[in-house]
Amino acid sequence: MAVPTVDAPAGVPDDAASEVTVAPSIVVNGRERRLGEVGGHVTLLDWLRTEGLTGSKEGCAEGECGACAVMVLRPDSSIDGATGPGASTWVSINACLAPAAALDGQEVRTAEGLGRPDALHPVQREMADRGGSQCGYCTPGFVCSMAAEYYRAGRSPVVDGQEPAHEHGPNGFDLHALSGNLCRCTGYRPIRDAAYALGAPDDDDALLARTRTAAPAPRPTRTSSPLGSFVRPASLDEALALLAAEPDARLLAGSTDWGVELNLRHSRTRLTVALDRLPELRTLAETDEAFEIGASLTLSEVERGLDGRVPLLAELFPQFASRLIRNAATFGGNLGTASPIGDSMPVLLALDARLVLASAAGERTVGLADYFTGYRASVRRPDELIRTVVVPKPLAPLVGFHKIAKRRFDDISSVSVAFALTLDGPSTGSGSVVAQARIGLGGVAATPVRALMAEQALVGRPFTAEGVAEAAEALGSEGTPLDDHRASARYRRAMLRQSLLKLVEESR
Amino acid sequence: MSTLAERPVNPKVGLEVSHESAPLHVTGAALYTDDLAVRMSGVLTAWPVQAPHAHARITRLDVEPAYAVPGVVRVLTAADVPGVNDAGVKHDEPLFGDEVMFYGHAVCYVLGESDEAARRGAEAVVVAYEPLPSILTLHEAIEAESFQGHQRTLSRGDAEAGLAGAAHRFSGELELGGQEHFYLETHAALAHVDEGGQVFVQSSTQHPSETQEIVAHVLGLASHAVTVQCLRMGGGFGGKEMQPHGFAAVAALGAVLTGRPVRLRLNRTQDLTMSGKRHPFHASWEVGFDAENRLCGLRATLTSDGGWSLDLSEPVLARALCHVDNAYWVPDIEVLGRVAKTNKTSQTAFRGFGGPQGMIVVEDILGRCAPLLGVSAEELRRTNLYLPGQATPYGQPVRHAERLRDIWQILLERSDFATRTAEVEAFNAAHLHTKRGLAITPVKFGISFNLTAFNQAGALVHVYKDGSVLINHGGTEMGQGLHTKMIQVAATALGVPLSHVRLAPTRTDKVPNTSATAASSGADLNGGAIRNACEQIRERLADVAARHLNIHPNDVRFVDGVVTGIGFHDREIAWSELTQAAYFQRVSLWAAGFYRTEGLHWDAERMQGEPFKYFAYGASVSEVEVDGFTGTYRTRRVDIVHDVGDSLSPLIDVGQIEGGFVQGAGWLTLEELRWDTTDGPHRGRLSTQSASTYKLPSFSEMPEDFRVHLFERATESGVVYGSKAVGEPPLMLAFSVREALRQAAAAFGPGGMEVDLGSPATPEAVYWAVEAARSGRAEPALATSAASEAYAAGEHSGAVATEHAVSESASTSPSLAQA
Repeated sequence: MAVPTVDAPAGVPDDAASEVTVAPSIVVNGRERRLGEVGGHVTLLDWLRTEGLTGSKEGCAEGECGACAVMVLRPDSSIDGATGPGASTWVSINACLAPAAALDGQEVRTAEGLGRPDALHPVQREMADRGGSQCGYCTPGFVCSMAAEYYRAGRSPVVDGQEPAHEHGPNGFDLHALSGNLCRCTGYRPIRDAAYALGAPDDDDALLARTRTAAPAPRPTRTSSPLGSFVRPASLDEALALLAAEPDARLLAGSTDWGVELNLRHSRTRLTVALDRLPELRTLAETDEAFEIGASLTLSEVERGLDGRVPLLAELFPQFASRLIRNAATFGGNLGTASPIGDSMPVLLALDARLVLASAAGERTVGLADYFTGYRASVRRPDELIRTVVVPKPLAPLVGFHKIAKRRFDDISSVSVAFALTLDGPSTGSGSVVAQARIGLGGVAATPVRALMAEQALVGRPFTAEGVAEAAEALGSEGTPLDDHRASARYRRAMLRQSLLKLVEESR
Repeated sequence: MSTLAERPVNPKVGLEVSHESAPLHVTGAALYTDDLAVRMSGVLTAWPVQAPHAHARITRLDVEPAYAVPGVVRVLTAADVPGVNDAGVKHDEPLFGDEVMFYGHAVCYVLGESDEAARRGAEAVVVAYEPLPSILTLHEAIEAESFQGHQRTLSRGDAEAGLAGAAHRFSGELELGGQEHFYLETHAALAHVDEGGQVFVQSSTQHPSETQEIVAHVLGLASHAVTVQCLRMGGGFGGKEMQPHGFAAVAALGAVLTGRPVRLRLNRTQDLTMSGKRHPFHASWEVGFDAENRLCGLRATLTSDGGWSLDLSEPVLARALCHVDNAYWVPDIEVLGRVAKTNKTSQTAFRGFGGPQGMIVVEDILGRCAPLLGVSAEELRRTNLYLPGQATPYGQPVRHAERLRDIWQILLERSDFATRTAEVEAFNAAHLHTKRGLAITPVKFGISFNLTAFNQAGALVHVYKDGSVLINHGGTEMGQGLHTKMIQVAATALGVPLSHVRLAPTRTDKVPNTSATAASSGADLNGGAIRNACEQIRERLADVAARHLNIHPNDVRFVDGVVTGIGFHDREIAWSELTQAAYFQRVSLWAAGFYRTEGLHWDAERMQGEPFKYFAYGASVSEVEVDGFTGTYRTRRVDIVHDVGDSLSPLIDVGQIEGGFVQGAGWLTLEELRWDTTDGPHRGRLSTQSASTYKLPSFSEMPEDFRVHLFERATESGVVYGSKAVGEPPLMLAFSVREALRQAAAAFGPGGMEVDLGSPATPEAVYWAVEAARSGRAEPALATSAASEAYAAGEHSGAVATEHAVSESASTSPSLAQA
């Protein structure tokens, strides 16, 4: 590619700590393909297409439509290797967001690799026979999202005579698996029917068989193009050394934000450092004092790992973007960008979370409330990374997360409100009084904020519609909501007020 | 020769088959325009330089810095155009203009060795602008009297007298947002120059012949020197009827100038900011009902926002005017239509083509007036449905009007409407914070291009010696299943199995002078042409077979690849043997087919005539549930009965109905185009220019329970195999969602009150409607601004304006006045 050359980053000496001996490559549909000089800027989607695998499409280039969805093989647990060697799982991700280099050494499956026109995969068969494709452009992405759910180990049919869970098929298919895929032609009904008609994979199904052995381990990667370099350090120490030497480096986890920057805003960076597979950032632990969540676990992994143990987070996950995004996005990335509309922040504020920041000089812990300093700005130094998110115990017993958006699946909040309350007296009903309150807000200011006025107005009041009226008014006056394309300021304020009244109603 | 509607024994039409490309779709093997570029070497990428002003004069264009970017090969500007520098047919759309007419307008294009090089090159181009005053909103345009094209009035009887004699009179306004097509495949073209200077353009276009014409006139070539091919589109919805031409012309120009293939594929933001959308509309209206709640007079002004150039705005407006009545008899009516000129993208065709914007006016009127008249919306609508013998305001008899009432009755039964109405009432009585609504609305939609000349089509059918069949027609495939239906039509007409028929890509060197695949007419027109070609071949083969079987040619029957005689089956000849025999007898095995829709007439100036071959009918019932805290809602169940004639392909038709319905619901409830209308530095910029800000329906919006029923025994005489068009009409079935939301919002209030619902009815709009209902008053819809007064005064007589003022004085609400 004929573009201006950029000097190699100083922090990437040839004799770096980790020895990179293998030329970067990805196993696509069972065949290893060299990555070539992709650097950090060529997305997995663009790379696949230049390889002639044009089944994956670009529909939006920002992870909203899923036309680019592909499957990747991942360790089947929230923590690498925690379930012992062997188990792996197919997950679907947006190929338009991930740099191709981030998949070095990994296994990818596209629609072309599931079946052929004359030998369709069961998912492809159901989609084709039931009218699940019209123009066909979104279809390969749907097929990949659907196939990942088809192979999900936990998917099991409901017992005869029982009703499936909400938005689940009788075969256990979770419709949220398709929440990041858009179709403009069908109106979705035939796609849902196809998904709900899927049986279990045959025992000798090759992709199922593949999940019985371990997913490829991450491997140190180093690739350069004239536009910039991509480095996957082998260890946390190496990563921290790199950050200390290269404060301008772009830190990468799920690339769900950076991918948008790359594609839509044409952002470029001299050095991309991938943190998403560092073992030190992928631990999940519960102690007597807290839950400690590794910053580079994907949200899907955290959801599976916590399994409802933090109820407010359990409310958050299904409302956070889409499954495709949650399979890549991390708390570290969401907090690292410090965007005021990220949905995890209000929840973590209500949970009184703390962040462990690590640098070559050592570690420090910062309360999340003190972390944000302005629009997309935080106290994190360029040489620091977010290592762990700590959610202290005990958890407040009464929680709620209200996300206000135009669309229920995969939309950005107009406002979001997270409640964590402790009541005195009976847990419900008019006899209870608010003892403690933490409320986190998104979308009302340049940073996520705590609703301190409303919290104050709540404490000591009966937890009834009348009792919280004053606090609801206070909540409605928190922050400085804007008029924009998502909602009017007036509606945002109304929704802040209503959220507390709705919480009372839902808690009855 | 059988009639066009008649089906032979064992027809292949009517079979439930899936999309002919489905196995290719699901495996990623189906190719789209930009997928072809990967398979070609030396391809250059074109990237636009987009202007950051709503309206400006270009004072300097310096492309030299782009050439300093490595990998940049060429910059295309107006100076490079050898032919006519125009991308449209109205000659009001310079391909490279010296004036910026909307924010994001392409000033020039940079060709690079890669995306990255072209993009960097485009960033390097230096353009100096002199900003000019801009007009963005419909209100601004009306105030400034910024209109374009013809103004038309559709009238019948004496609207004034109709209103004067009414027992109940109301007036109001309605403002409708536009809609982005959001085909998943953005605009794309790939051009190269063959030997002999022949220009070959692969384009994602619904109208290859017009793409060909415009590429030719931009290049200064005759049409025979340009071939356009469209394999398939990743969605069109009308957005690729007129708009692909300029992009194809840029790619072709680049290919001619560089001698290398050039691809141009817009990314989503470019597509959203550069290509046209569904027209936003404003409507002001006065309506009268008699003592039996029958519509007796309607007067309205419809103003569409055409954007910066005409494009298809005039025919879109004509269709809007022709559909203001929807399914209802209005004896005295006068509707003025006009197109505003604004500094926005040039709005264009979009499924329904103005029909939805016209029809919603009367549906809005009925939904708002029903509570004021003290009747249910269901009864008010049913009362006013057309009766057999009545005609539309433009003078076309409403043939098969009885189907409207039949469909209505069948739908009431299938949807269990009465029982569920009671259930909804009981639910609403029991729930303070959650309310449900249940509504039924009809659709009557005219089928044919309003412009009579477009109602023609051609086809080319080849039968090879071995009996295999290759068909080619002028229609394009955008997901609607046209190719599937055409294969079924050919197999039926020739009496062969579906597997014998293969369809070749749409190309202008195979079938010339085609019409756009639009106006829902693709199957009617191209099906007619294919059937015509097949029948020519079959007649010739019948002669051959008759000699072989020693019977009269009229008695030869072609069924499932076996050719035999009427009434005896011991003697037969296989289709492939027959085609071999025909070859050796030197009988031609291929034919060009042609079809023209008979019986059409349209006087565009007087807005009178019979522009439509027939009407497509349907009705839908929707049930919604609204959360009173937030205004968010769910569509619990939808029932549809729709008339597709005798379906050519039921799986395809149900897919069109469901997809059209959800797309319509998207327009009415969710999809919102927002432009920066402030006087700030980004005035005119589309704020919703990405998938993260422009939200189309996802799984969470699909009806949880979705039941579609095809109206039975519905043979449409005079149309290929008795079928009816299905592409557009179902979109407007979604009105029932909006009306159900209106009823649910009303349930939060005391009742008997008008509910004005913003459009689109987003959760926020529904919340304000709920709040208005809760507080026992109607939400002021549109303040009577200077602009809206200009509406009333602008084109109507002064008497109307006075009348308007009178009717507003005795008001039940600021927006809706009862005289």
